[in-house]
Amino acid sequence: MSIIETVRVALASIVANLLRSSLTMLGIIIGVAAVITMVALGTGAQRAVDEQIDQLGTRVLSVMAGQSFRRGIASANRVSLTVDDYEALVRDAPLLAEVVPELSGGRQIKYGNKNLFHEVVGTTTNFPAVHAVDIAAGSMFTAGDLATRRRVVVLGSEIPENLEVTADSLIGHTLTINRTPFEIIGVFEEVGQRFGPEPDDRLFIPLTTAELRVFGQDRLRGLSAQVADDVSLEMGMVDIERVLRREHKIRPGEDNDFMIMNRRQFMEMAQASTEIFAFLLASIAGVSLLVGGIGIMNIMLVSVTERTREIGVRKALGATRFNILMQFVIEALTIGVLGGVLGIALGAGAAWALVEFAGWNVFISVDAVLLAVVFSVGVGLFFGIWPARRAAELDPIEALRHD
Amino acid sequence: MAEAATRTANASQPVICVTGMRKEYRMGTETIRALNGVDCTIHENEYVAVMGPSGSGKSTLMNIIGCLDRPTAGEYWLSGENVAKFGDRALARARNRRIGFVFQTFNLLPRASALHNVEVPLLYAGVGRRERRARGRETLERVGLGDRMNHKPSELSGGQRQRVAVARALVNEPSILLADEPTGNLDSRTGEDIMDLFGALHEAGQTIILVTHESAVARRAGRHVHLMDGVVTDDYPTSELDPADVSRGAEAPPRQPKEPSR
Repeated sequence: MSIIETVRVALASIVANLLRSSLTMLGIIIGVAAVITMVALGTGAQRAVDEQIDQLGTRVLSVMAGQSFRRGIASANRVSLTVDDYEALVRDAPLLAEVVPELSGGRQIKYGNKNLFHEVVGTTTNFPAVHAVDIAAGSMFTAGDLATRRRVVVLGSEIPENLEVTADSLIGHTLTINRTPFEIIGVFEEVGQRFGPEPDDRLFIPLTTAELRVFGQDRLRGLSAQVADDVSLEMGMVDIERVLRREHKIRPGEDNDFMIMNRRQFMEMAQASTEIFAFLLASIAGVSLLVGGIGIMNIMLVSVTERTREIGVRKALGATRFNILMQFVIEALTIGVLGGVLGIALGAGAAWALVEFAGWNVFISVDAVLLAVVFSVGVGLFFGIWPARRAAELDPIEALRHD
Repeated sequence: MAEAATRTANASQPVICVTGMRKEYRMGTETIRALNGVDCTIHENEYVAVMGPSGSGKSTLMNIIGCLDRPTAGEYWLSGENVAKFGDRALARARNRRIGFVFQTFNLLPRASALHNVEVPLLYAGVGRRERRARGRETLERVGLGDRMNHKPSELSGGQRQRVAVARALVNEPSILLADEPTGNLDSRTGEDIMDLFGALHEAGQTIILVTHESAVARRAGRHVHLMDGVVTDDYPTSELDPADVSRGAEAPPRQPKEPSR
């Protein structure tokens, strides 16, 4: 009996027992689809966090102004970070690759007949690189602009939106910050919400211009430092602490009047919680897979046992053990593969719907798909073939007597 | 039926030779001896009725002759070959090519059409689809079911189902047709029809062994083998019993058993 004939017999048998075949397939479909969707959701959430970490750069430390304490009492509301501190860090902290100051305050912005109130930030040319912000139009200001205290401004992505014009059309035009005219030379790409500075609704001007022409003071809101390659964040923190304590003349035993924050700690917390989330989803998926598997097992066991008589008849008419076994292998394989494919389609479809309609992050992992399909199809095959094999071993008369 | 002539010519060679056949079943703690040393030789073109009360072991003997069951002890030679030596493939081949088995309960595949049921033995014989179909049709027509080929067993009457089963048994041109109470589940009228069919087949040269407990059915056979408690108690040609009773079988000359009854 040729393999094509065997396939034909198996397929005819599937069609003849359509309800049973569909029920088995349903178990596989649900198991596979559940695993794919849930794991996609969990992996998607994890990836979103990982991506943020990548974007942000985990090599960045934030330094914030704090309060100075003397014998446990806050001595003054003194803002402790200045442009001098920034310069000292650039000069004396060898473990830092980049230092980005932020001297900022809210200011009245006027463009044409439109008035806006936004935060204006004086910073240096390395801001976009350290904070992973891209330029959408124009360019960032240069070291020359800094040296000559030029009145140029780079806008966050929301500013053109608020002015109801396109980013490109603003380049080369003038807006005023507290009635001082500034030339618009660039617009940033939208960044959205994330851990760290959100530049979308802010305006960026050279640090020197901010210090001398806009704010008239040198107190920084904060600064960011990117540690050099192959230097640990902890080493970087020690380096910052050393320089700033010296600059601020803090004696040994006294507390810092500034705070160094490692953004990675926050990220790691976020990462840990998404990991729990992903694990939870994977567990649910695992349970669905198991339940699906039990369903497949039940239907296969019952249906093959039910067909012991059929096996007896076929053997009495000249089928060999191999003929019988092949028929059931092909039946189980067809149901399994078909169910697996439909399950993948359903799972991927559900994942796509979550992206499209709920806006969630999903990522379909090949491992999860493989696991789900191999498990479901494996269960189907095993419990389809094993009882058939047992029945095929019987003398035909015993199989025929089976009810 | 050119083959019929060849068969008769080779009649000296027994198709079936059973010696010292025993079969024991375990039923819980009890051991049931279904066959207790049966000897029996059947030649080509014989029409044998195996008779006996229920529990006499006649069905068990049939199942062993049909290669559906294995004896506990004793030998079974099928056309000069020792069946005990057969492996799975050889057994399947014997069931497929040499034996056509008609069951009391028909044992048709319930979800397949009559034609499809008849095609099954050809399928396992490796016959191609087209030829299978043609031979299936031909055989169904032979048993008078040419107009019911695409009906499923549930759409057929008992007699029609048994005809499908007979067609299925015959389709691969087996050397022996075995029938276990073929009329047992049929009313007397349909039973007659099936027996007419068997008579015609025998006339055409078919070796037939059937199990029955109805003397009316047995009367048509050329030879009676009586079983009781797992042993052969009687074995004689029908003509010796009462030639007048052999209504249809009388047309053919009375068959002389190659071995006289014991």
